[in-house]
Amino acid sequence: MTAATLVSWKIRPGDVVSRGQVVAEVETDKGVIDVECFNEGTVERLMSEPGQKLPVGALMAVIRGSVDDEPSMSAAPRPNVAANTISEPSATTSGARLKITPAARKRAGELGIALEQLHGSESDGVIGLTDVEGAAAAATTSTSPLRSEDGCDRMRRAIAAAMSKSKREVPHYYLATKIDMSRALAWLESENLNRPLADRILPAVLTLKAVALSLHDIPELNGFWIDSKFRSGDGVHVGLAVAMKGGGLVAPAIHDADHKSLDEIMSLFHDLIPRARSGRLRSSELTDATATLTNLGDLGVETVFGVIYPPQVALIGLGKITQQPWVADDNICARPVLTATLSADHRATDGRRGGQFLDALNRRLQTPEKL
Amino acid sequence: MSRNDDEIREAAFVSLRRVAPEADPASLPLTANIREALEIDSYDFLQFLIALNKRLDIDIPEADYGKLQTMSSLLSYLRSRCDGAASG
Repeated sequence: MTAATLVSWKIRPGDVVSRGQVVAEVETDKGVIDVECFNEGTVERLMSEPGQKLPVGALMAVIRGSVDDEPSMSAAPRPNVAANTISEPSATTSGARLKITPAARKRAGELGIALEQLHGSESDGVIGLTDVEGAAAAATTSTSPLRSEDGCDRMRRAIAAAMSKSKREVPHYYLATKIDMSRALAWLESENLNRPLADRILPAVLTLKAVALSLHDIPELNGFWIDSKFRSGDGVHVGLAVAMKGGGLVAPAIHDADHKSLDEIMSLFHDLIPRARSGRLRSSELTDATATLTNLGDLGVETVFGVIYPPQVALIGLGKITQQPWVADDNICARPVLTATLSADHRATDGRRGGQFLDALNRRLQTPEKL
Repeated sequence: MSRNDDEIREAAFVSLRRVAPEADPASLPLTANIREALEIDSYDFLQFLIALNKRLDIDIPEADYGKLQTMSSLLSYLRSRCDGAASG
């Protein structure tokens, strides 16, 4: 993601905002996203207009910090003014700002005029309404440059960019192991027996929790490779790869999955998966994941070796659970078997540590009652 | 609550369209594997069952999921569940 178009503001100057509050909607390659606020305070001013395309890191609004510690009101602007920007880990600030009046910007959006094409006719170089109308008249025969492209194509391009970067820069190593799922599935079956349909837990929830706990066990796989060094995640936020009906995928984060109960994770599935498929995710859900989990078993795939989503350092792949011959206590029997794989960044970890992760995952799934 | 075949078929189609809006369940061969044909994953399959549960007011135990693979087995299963609910 390199840019986003502001769709609407959810706040106005003077509003008091809190951390995590949804302050704006932006349209990106990954659909419409709710932008959350990083700070607490009072909205001083909004720096962008609906329809405006903003590069990642662009200043969106100025939020004045809390003044609780100040007994008297000061007329001078306080120094602790924080800026809310389009979020992405490697944020940069925008270049020179376009000088345009809000009304002109709004009109340009309505008419589908790209702001870069506009020039101010006033002496101060500020683009006014008349400049927009003029440009519109001159360009009546050309197609609308602001009209959004086909969402599918954009998602395809975003995936292409991320995956090319990964295969260009990330030295992957791959490990796989087979896990006997009989205990986990038997436990889940008895757990689901007395639950109404809507409260039943899917095997995918059980395995996600086991993956989260295993990432907690092996923290070197949970985080990012940035500026030639590993930075561990601020929690275990598992990105769950969700396939889109028309092709493409998104991987919204299940925050602190290692601390959530199976019921909480199941409720998050009911919340996240429909929103992911309809393109209604929040900014923190799209940017916070510390590792990704892909579940390709549903459509019959037995083993998946995934491509890491940079700057993450690990991708866990789970295949279809199938009945397979299994040796237990010197006897051959049929067991439900899951093939779990790990694709990991060799800059951050070595195969031995990766192997310990898959071992931890196996052990976790042998004691499902503790998940 | 007893229901006729048309009501059951309609409930199945409406519930399937909820999870696979672009699909036309009516054109599905009776013997085709529903989940494979309509690319329904385990999450969507659960949504499908929840929708059926609401429309037909029947419970579907997890142990019976295997009986719901084709349209023909699905319809006869729903038929038996609805009749069972009526007598019970």
